Amino acid sequence: MDLFEHQAKELFADYGIPVPRGIVAHTVEEVRSAAEELTGRVVVKAQVKTGGRGKAGGVKVADDAADAVAKAEAILGMDIKGHTVHKVLVEEASAIAEEYYFSFLLDRANRTFLAICSASGGMDIEEVAHTSPEKVAKVPVSALTGIDRAKAREIAVAGGLPEKALDGAAELIEKLWCCFVDEDATLVEVNPMILSADGQVKALDGKVTLDDNAGFRQTDHEALADKAAEDPLEAKAKEKDLNYVKLDGNVGIIGNGAGLVMSTLDVVAYAGEAFPGKPSPANFLDIGGGASAEVMAAGLEIILSDPSVKSIFVNVFGGITACDAVANGIVSAFKLLESRGEAVTHPLVVRLDGNNAQLGRQILADAALPRVELVDTMDEAAKRAAELAAVGA
Amino acid sequence: MAIWLTENSKIIVQGMTGGEGTKHTRRMLASGAKVVGGVNARKAGTTHEGLPVFGTVKEAMEATGADVSVVFVPPKFTKDAVKEAIDAEIPLCVVITEGVPVHDSTEFWAYAVEKGNKTRIIGPNCPGIASPGASNAGIIPADITTAGRIGLVSKSGTLTYQLMYELRDFGFSTAVGIGGDPVIGTTHIDALQAFQEDPDTDAIVMIGEIGGDAEERAAAYIEQHVSKPVVAYVAGFTAPEGKTMGHAGAIVSGSAGTAQAKKEALEKVGVRVGKTPSETARLMREIMQAR
Repeated sequence: MDLFEHQAKELFADYGIPVPRGIVAHTVEEVRSAAEELTGRVVVKAQVKTGGRGKAGGVKVADDAADAVAKAEAILGMDIKGHTVHKVLVEEASAIAEEYYFSFLLDRANRTFLAICSASGGMDIEEVAHTSPEKVAKVPVSALTGIDRAKAREIAVAGGLPEKALDGAAELIEKLWCCFVDEDATLVEVNPMILSADGQVKALDGKVTLDDNAGFRQTDHEALADKAAEDPLEAKAKEKDLNYVKLDGNVGIIGNGAGLVMSTLDVVAYAGEAFPGKPSPANFLDIGGGASAEVMAAGLEIILSDPSVKSIFVNVFGGITACDAVANGIVSAFKLLESRGEAVTHPLVVRLDGNNAQLGRQILADAALPRVELVDTMDEAAKRAAELAAVGA
Repeated sequence: MAIWLTENSKIIVQGMTGGEGTKHTRRMLASGAKVVGGVNARKAGTTHEGLPVFGTVKEAMEATGADVSVVFVPPKFTKDAVKEAIDAEIPLCVVITEGVPVHDSTEFWAYAVEKGNKTRIIGPNCPGIASPGASNAGIIPADITTAGRIGLVSKSGTLTYQLMYELRDFGFSTAVGIGGDPVIGTTHIDALQAFQEDPDTDAIVMIGEIGGDAEERAAAYIEQHVSKPVVAYVAGFTAPEGKTMGHAGAIVSGSAGTAQAKKEALEKVGVRVGKTPSETARLMREIMQAR
């Protein structure tokens, strides 16, 4: 889960990391009162979970409350890389002497953590990393030994930070490491990390990504989720513990196993190219290895409540769960939905392969469910599902 | 012969007494794998599924001669379970558990390195490893394929099963599900190296998916070190950017890590990449038939 800048800074503040005073505002009125409370020059910053806000015009300095309102009018509602700005952070303007870059992240290739530090911070850090890699220090950090003040100082030196910033930077880096570890983050980024005119090292921006797998020990993280931005179908699926992602197309997809479902999306998209309107997947839905009747019913229910769905492709490989159990699951799911008055009216293409596939196909054939078609292979089934979506569209 | 897991492998199950542990211990036994015991500190001295339960991995190894551990414990206990296996210096530790925090897997990997890499870790969040006809450590269904001379390494569970099934007439030396998490103990490269060195493997199927750059690194490795034919499949060509598709590793952010980039890297070094799982199986079929 990615955090908003203001959430990241609130988290930083909890760890004693210096951040500018700031207030979140959702309306121009709230911006006015925030600017009045902060007094003097303020910065109005769009709160969206994407980079490049500055370049998109989502970050503006304002001289006073009236100016802040004018700036906020332009920023609120603005679109930044597909993200609509629903709130801004109004922050006291900092007198910046120098801008640096700092982050802790996961280095997948080397299976360790990495500290990245550079004296050339600010908006163009990616450009710097590309053109002058020697100016960007990348220091591996062991999960066993971590970071103490001395190591933090070493990293700041490696990043080329000047003597006058070293003490402040080392303290900030050490605290940021505590935040990274204690919060189960996979990324904490401060860009820019600034040296202010009065010699203080501060986090002027913050990006934090938290590990969803750590939810069992980070119980307060759920409150940080951006419920408003969640797709309503995704939210409904989440309540039912289904692994569902809404996509733009019209072929509903149900499968078992993340890799197989991802592959199903590809195969359906390829097959769709041959049909009018180019049908494509409406969703990703992984019902897991189990594929019980209840899970199948819950999955079908979510997909049927998506108005853009024209056909459904159930793609199951019987591994741990044999295909006869999956077929029984589909039959029970149909009955369950019918008894609730939500009978399945969309065409459903089913491909069963693997353990007891013949038996599974027989069960479905015997049940003679309306609008259910059995197709032997994944590629052919994808083609049929795409064709049915094209006809229904 | 096979890689890492043979008919002589003696398997213990950490978390054998739990629901998943019990179910899959039964399945492993039914497939003919030599499961010799389980580990659960609170149930030491009892028996479960007719097998002895030990207090620690070390005790289990001393008593049974076990050289493989399969981990089914819940995510919050996984780190300690794996570290215990590393301390006991068991040669192979297969971590099936899904949902392990990445700080924990990074820590147990660092611990394994510090202890001299005496334990090969596979996973976490993986289906395990199977050498058909010989042994089976994990949850890969044993009866969907046969013993043969194809090696398979995959990030994805069900895609592994799909390919094993489609190529069941040729059969497999070993199939390794390395898992889709950002930090894993055994990589595509480790498996490619082992298959290249295995006299009983003739050709290799590699299955990847979006996220990270493991497939690109595997391509570079293949160019330098692998002379056996490799056929690959990559899932996630049409996955939208920035959306996680189930596997923690399968998240696309920016241009790196896309399926297209992986396909191009693999094709550049002469690996044939199938557009669908079935086409991938066909490509491998052609190679095996030409032998």
